[in-house]
Amino acid sequence: MADTKTVDSAQSHDSHDGVNYLNETSGLWSWLTTVDHKRIGVMYIYTIIAFFIVGGLFALALRLELMTAEKLFMTADVYNQVMTFHGSIMVFMVIVPGVPAMLGNFIMPIMIGAKDVAFPKLNLASWYCLIIGAAIAVASLFFGGVDTGWTFYTPYSSQTATAVTMVVFGAFVMGFSSILTGLNFIVTIHKLRCEGMTMMRMPLFVWSVYATAILQVIATPVLGITLLLLVAERIFGVGIFDPNLGGDPVLFQHFFWFYSHPAVYIMIVPAFGIISEIISTFSQKTIFGYKAIAFSSLAITFLSFLVWGHHMFVSGQSPVAGTIFTILTMLVGVPTAIKLFNWVATLYKGQISLTTPMIYALSFLCLFTIGGLTGLFLGAFAVDIHLHDTYFVVAHFHYVMLGGAIVAMFGGLFYWMPKISGKMYDEFLGKVSAVLVFVGFNVTFLPQFIMGSLGMPRRYATYDGIYSGYHVLSTLGSWILALGFGIAIYALIKAAIKGEKAPQDPFNGTTLEWTIPSPPIHTNFEQSPKVSGRPYEYR
Amino acid sequence: MSGHHVVPFKTNLITFITLVVLTVITVLTAKYVDLGEFNLTLAMVIATFKATVVALWFMPLKYDTWMNRTIMLSSIAFVSLLFVISAVDLFTRA
Amino acid sequence: MSTGKVDRRVEPSHHFDSMIQEHEAGKQGVWLFMATELMMFGALFAGYFIYRMKYYDAWVEGGSLLDWKLGAFNTIVLLLSSFTMAQAVTDSMQGNNKKAFRNVVITTACAFIFMIVKYFEYSGKIHHGLFPGLGVWNPEAVEVAETKLFMTFYFVMTGLHGIHILIGIGLMAWLLKRLKNDEFSKDYYTSVEGVGLYWHIVDIIWIFLFPLMYLI
Repeated sequence: MADTKTVDSAQSHDSHDGVNYLNETSGLWSWLTTVDHKRIGVMYIYTIIAFFIVGGLFALALRLELMTAEKLFMTADVYNQVMTFHGSIMVFMVIVPGVPAMLGNFIMPIMIGAKDVAFPKLNLASWYCLIIGAAIAVASLFFGGVDTGWTFYTPYSSQTATAVTMVVFGAFVMGFSSILTGLNFIVTIHKLRCEGMTMMRMPLFVWSVYATAILQVIATPVLGITLLLLVAERIFGVGIFDPNLGGDPVLFQHFFWFYSHPAVYIMIVPAFGIISEIISTFSQKTIFGYKAIAFSSLAITFLSFLVWGHHMFVSGQSPVAGTIFTILTMLVGVPTAIKLFNWVATLYKGQISLTTPMIYALSFLCLFTIGGLTGLFLGAFAVDIHLHDTYFVVAHFHYVMLGGAIVAMFGGLFYWMPKISGKMYDEFLGKVSAVLVFVGFNVTFLPQFIMGSLGMPRRYATYDGIYSGYHVLSTLGSWILALGFGIAIYALIKAAIKGEKAPQDPFNGTTLEWTIPSPPIHTNFEQSPKVSGRPYEYR
Repeated sequence: MSGHHVVPFKTNLITFITLVVLTVITVLTAKYVDLGEFNLTLAMVIATFKATVVALWFMPLKYDTWMNRTIMLSSIAFVSLLFVISAVDLFTRA
Repeated sequence: MSTGKVDRRVEPSHHFDSMIQEHEAGKQGVWLFMATELMMFGALFAGYFIYRMKYYDAWVEGGSLLDWKLGAFNTIVLLLSSFTMAQAVTDSMQGNNKKAFRNVVITTACAFIFMIVKYFEYSGKIHHGLFPGLGVWNPEAVEVAETKLFMTFYFVMTGLHGIHILIGIGLMAWLLKRLKNDEFSKDYYTSVEGVGLYWHIVDIIWIFLFPLMYLI
């Protein structure tokens, strides 16, 4: 078995009389002031799942409205607002902080043998930034809402009478949460690895969190300044993006996508890490191409900064820039495909056990491949002009973000649930949820590819009756999907409340978090571990 | 703490005087030498030189690790990327 | 700390193995934060250059509206403050909290002088109708319409820089309190060094702002 596990495993048996990070101190106040990375991770899990439910309810409302071609229960203005809140909540409050803040916080320091992240107080401050920013953004609902879509494009966003300033300021504060988390993780990974844990011995989840952290630190400040300029434009009327004064609204899009394209990798790269862990563990096989997967994360990090203009093909960007961006966009497909092939090669001749996390991971492989490949269509300049702003884009985006990032996130939550809560989840409920999510997802979003390529434009409350069939199917799918996620969340809560006690290593994993008791003690390890080999050394 | 370089007073003073002299040169060339468009280029060259002096001796990257130098350099590299690609678009529009 | 007794750090926090490890981690954290500062200002500089290429005449007129003598004076003031800050780091690395305290006092004084000069500059510009918003702008005051865009960049960039100076003053006050309590030693001076790095970055940004705004 793995060398990592042979080390100091004697330390980890029930020698501390059931004292762990969960029951060491009690009371709400001890949680709100905690600097323990594990508790902060758990607080992120609760808050982000709550945001996910709210964003999901908005989505269900949208799909219900779209069931009929004419108005059902929302006016066009309300529809725009609900759409904006669905997008903003899911992007800024769920998927961007999602995996790094919840699972990265909890698992990453343990995986590298550290007692905590480098700056525990800063870590808590990040959580408060997220909460305060989210509160400001959501409070805007009571000040006229916002109807710009989550991209806040100028000049509309600098002129509309809705509460754009509040939402943008909220997103700015949440940006700090992201920057501080990224900064914290980079230093943690550089400076707090235990003895023998070289960079090339780090689990792949740590590599993906590391690549994400670099993106967070480098890209987010540009979003911050862009949003500040938008606020200045709205409050003072300064005119950097106002064409009447010689300003250029497309410059806003350049600045916005300089952040927001890397941001889609902030959302998906940590999911790649989860998939690497789950696939290796449940195939009981060494990961195929460790170095290729690790370095492809860094390659994606770098390339993601070169492709932002593929969001702007029809915005009046020059054909020269469009051509450059098309070519660069094709390049991102390479490291992403490297990962996919390596995962499939890991599965080959593995002892595959179809547990809940594994079903989620396999769903991810299918859905993300579809999402990624349709992304190549959209990244091609000429094709995009036909497909831009249609449901094809909506479907592509959801295949990557929901089918990719969120599905992997739930896979990861089930995978590490025994470690986080010390309790086992109900395998049957978990499997049912995974299957329902996969089926519901495809019923919801496959029709959207078809109607998008037929010309159904996105962001409209009503539509031409010829698309009715697809829309009805899509709405029915959204109910299956909601049921799937509902069961998944129920299964997780049920496990946390009355699950069976989890053993130290229920899935025969090889990374360091499985060498300590479930749930871990406050300092993670009684003595710093010493590592003498690669992770995933099954056979 | 061992292994950390203490920059002596004399070095700090020389750095400061260098920076003041460079500021004077910046003003003199900008105000009394007319190079047209090239004036800004010259001012930027001097400013970059000044910033490098601050980074190397005041911050002091000269005695720091490669990791911290990389952090500083990579942020500059990515800013250049933002500028160059946005500029390519804005100046090739029909 | 409040008892006036010396309360020096000799042990690292629980999750570090040594003071050196903790110090290096802290310093790297500050450096990463400085990288984010550069990215944030960098985006503004990129916007500045793009519009300067587009509207050269407006930029020339805008530059002539600013008083380069005040700008040059402030540059020297900030350079002096950077020098005393660097020296404060040197002092605290040698364990001399008293000397470091004096140097941080000079740095703080320079920061105040800088902000006072900026106050007079800003109020002059607003008085002449050169603030590009809030209905203050007077189109008759300039010949080229896009000069308004230059003034936007002037106010946004120097304003954001000014906010950083104010934050710096807050950090200095925090340092002064801790230096007075004699909290730092040869083995623990991370905070002084961190504030120093921040202050030098603020200085570097001004080194670029000065020629770009005043000497165009």
